[in-house]
Amino acid sequence: MAQSTTLQPTAATTDFADAPRSGTWDGGNEPFRASYGKLMMWFFLLSDTFTFGAFLTAYGLIRHKHGVYTGPAKDFFFSTAHWPVPEKVFNAFPGFHGVDLPLAFVALMTMILIFSSVTMVLAVEAGHRLDKADVQKWLLWTILFGSMFLSSQAWEWSHFIGGHEEPTIMADGTRFFGANLAMNQYGPPLFGDLFFFITGFHGTHVFSGVILLIWCFIATTNGTFEKRGHYEMIEKIGLYWHFVDLVWVFVFTFFYLV
Amino acid sequence: MATNMTGSSQAQGGIGTAAAPATTHDDHLHEHDHHDQHWLWKYVFSQDHKMIARQFLITGMFWAIVGGALSSLFRLQLGWPQATLGWLEPILGKWVVGGKIAPEFYLALVTMHGTIMVFFVLTAGLSGTFSNFLIPLQVGARDMASGFMNMLSYWFFFLSSIIMFSSLFLETGPAASGWTIYPPLSALPQAIPGSGMGMTMWLVSMVFFIVSQLLGGVNYVTTVINLRTRGMSMSKLPLTIWAFFLTAILGILSFPVLFSAALLLVFDRSFGTSFFLSDIYIAGQALPNQGGSPVLFQHLFWFLGHPEVYIVIMPAMGMVSEVLATNARKPIFGYRAMIGSLIGISLLSFVVWAHHMFVTGMNPFLGSVFMFLTLIIAVPSGVKVFNWLATLWRGNIRFTSAMLFAIGFVSLFISGGLTGIILGNATLDIQMHNTYFVVAHFHLVMGSSAFFGLFAGVYHWFPKMFGRMMDEKLGYIHFWLTFAGVYLVFMPMHYVGIAGFPRRYYAWTGFDAFSQFADLNKFISTAAILAFFAQFVFIFNFFYSIFRGRRATQNPWNSTTLEWTTPIIPGHGNWPGEIPAVYRWPYDYSKPGSDKDFIPQTVPYSATPESNLPYEQELSE
Ligand code: HEM
Ligand SMILES: [Cu+2]
Repeated sequence: MAQSTTLQPTAATTDFADAPRSGTWDGGNEPFRASYGKLMMWFFLLSDTFTFGAFLTAYGLIRHKHGVYTGPAKDFFFSTAHWPVPEKVFNAFPGFHGVDLPLAFVALMTMILIFSSVTMVLAVEAGHRLDKADVQKWLLWTILFGSMFLSSQAWEWSHFIGGHEEPTIMADGTRFFGANLAMNQYGPPLFGDLFFFITGFHGTHVFSGVILLIWCFIATTNGTFEKRGHYEMIEKIGLYWHFVDLVWVFVFTFFYLV
Repeated sequence: MATNMTGSSQAQGGIGTAAAPATTHDDHLHEHDHHDQHWLWKYVFSQDHKMIARQFLITGMFWAIVGGALSSLFRLQLGWPQATLGWLEPILGKWVVGGKIAPEFYLALVTMHGTIMVFFVLTAGLSGTFSNFLIPLQVGARDMASGFMNMLSYWFFFLSSIIMFSSLFLETGPAASGWTIYPPLSALPQAIPGSGMGMTMWLVSMVFFIVSQLLGGVNYVTTVINLRTRGMSMSKLPLTIWAFFLTAILGILSFPVLFSAALLLVFDRSFGTSFFLSDIYIAGQALPNQGGSPVLFQHLFWFLGHPEVYIVIMPAMGMVSEVLATNARKPIFGYRAMIGSLIGISLLSFVVWAHHMFVTGMNPFLGSVFMFLTLIIAVPSGVKVFNWLATLWRGNIRFTSAMLFAIGFVSLFISGGLTGIILGNATLDIQMHNTYFVVAHFHLVMGSSAFFGLFAGVYHWFPKMFGRMMDEKLGYIHFWLTFAGVYLVFMPMHYVGIAGFPRRYYAWTGFDAFSQFADLNKFISTAAILAFFAQFVFIFNFFYSIFRGRRATQNPWNSTTLEWTTPIIPGHGNWPGEIPAVYRWPYDYSKPGSDKDFIPQTVPYSATPESNLPYEQELSE
């Protein structure tokens, strides 16, 4: 095994004429121009998409399994035999007791969440300018809108649980108000199950988002990001926040529109 | 040959580092000198990918022994249904009733065997070990993108392991509704004792397991995307890295769906919802749950479950490709086709899940769509098999232990893959579903193959992990016993299955038609138990070699990839100096014109004018 040693690190071979290639995907750089932290957030969101996707698919399949109401709209009535029409379930508005305002409150909730996305964008933008005061300001607005959304959801839930003025006569002849996980006055048990489960899962995401934003606010105030020289953390949390808003659009569509 | 190997690898020493121009991503450089580190941070809560890999490996080995022991127990029952097993009482306590394994406990045994092997050994143990160990070393990175999250990934796995292991000791027994935990059996504690606390712990454990997978997965993917060293383009990555990369993506996209299914099941079990429940009578009592669908659970489960089988096999495929090329001293045949087929398999694995559900009463048209998609998987699988065989063809083969296991892998993958094509046909599957034919299929193609890939990986990268060599003689003994054992166990199972033996049955003594197979079942059980004990040869070899093995040289297999340019025992940060840059693909073995039979990735074309192809020559000028 006394072979020539062309492969040995001799003095001549240490300064090669050919540098390694240096294209976008040739290594030694960040091909998406995104730090690993941001990439991780993207992949996490992709994964979370599949979690929500599974829930919404379950919703679709289960709903498809159930009967639909076929009579004229004005005669619609709640029954465990058919899936309810959303306008008839979600038609209350705090302070307007007894007035039929179909989907008005959830429209307001959706607006609030969309506003929170706008203020989030502004916070990220302020971060790019390294403008600490502005970051704080817009984070606070986002936290405020996020909390408003959560409180609205709490109201929405308590109204859903409490029930309408009129009870529904259930299959066994009993009168029932509102909803729990085993039955509800609006329709088949699974209508309530899915409502609680999916909006609850989304709400948990919003809640975690608000906690993260509060943490970001504290860190900004303490100058943590200022010392780092960048506000990338806010960008990452921002991605999460927009994602949660986007998911709401789907939840909203599934539960309230179709 | 031995002198050849050591001689050239010593001459090889330090080449990569010396030849390396400066590179980015050197920000961890200052960290590589951690002699004063407390042992707790160095060995326990380590953030070093190499230590985390070893933690995954040892934990995986522990689980493999547990999983194997469970299977020996239920094979005893199946082989000798009349035997009195009173002697097991000291270990199993009241699970042995009147000298017999209790039927509910038999179900718990198969359930835990499946869960442990699929998730804890072949997912966490296999890709946890080798993705962690090899990704930074082979792409040329100081460590994983986030060492902290990587550490968390192990500790979540550890927590999940503790919970799953504790569930074995529950009064009511561990989960017992199969590794696929189909409701309603898994949802109703009154249906079977294992669906009580055992199932709860199973679900909690799996939630932590999924968190661990996710933390690991995003780390592997971002490391491959962002931390490749200079020159390491995607088309210069070793096939191991491609396999780990795609495996991690599969995990990121499919485990969340298992998470969804598990969460819905938790609600059905504990909070009175009916997502998966409808029209159920238990002991003459109608349950109130209405409107749910157990088939929905199966869809969600198999949406994970099928990609999961590829999560198990793809890392093994990657490592086998690497070991075959290195030890055949030939470039891997069809490098790009190998990548293409991995991508093809990954994509297809998301659209075939319902082939596990042909008999759920699905629309036959839908069934034929899934059948069509399923059978297409045979194409990329065939491409891979062809390329492995073509790599071996007229190679200058070195029969190392790792090589034997890699060749064994190819054999098992072919044998098991062929029966997959049979099962993929909906009409045939109606006969075969839930028989031992299916058990034989997946134990060959997934269980045994992935174990062989795992062994190939351990034998091959042991020198890098522990700085010593494993014993080759013991490796041969281990290989031949295991290889023979596996075929002796699973080949007869096909016959048993075709004869109609259903899986998950405690005993077949009640069926006259099956009595003629009693001998065959004894035979299978004997082979299985012997094959299990053969694994202790490996365990001994492993631990003995960690402390007493022959010391490794820097590049014991004369390999081209980056991990062999690190010191024999790489410290924190992997390379003491700068990270080497990469100039060529990882398969320049026996290149015509070159006077050595391998050229490391760190050698530029300008240093090898005698072996350059015309276009490579152009690049070097
Ligand atoms: C040509 C490729 C393959 C085809 C067409 C195929 C087809 C099938 C089909 C149709 C079934 C369902 C049988 C039944 O339950 O009735 C099945 C089961 C299974 N296959 Fe494959 N398969 C292939 C390759 C693989 C590979 C590569 C793996 C793993 C690495 C694998 C792992 C499994 C497992 C674990 C099961 C059983 C799951 C259970 O019911 O517990 N298969 N296969
Ligand atoms: Cu499958």
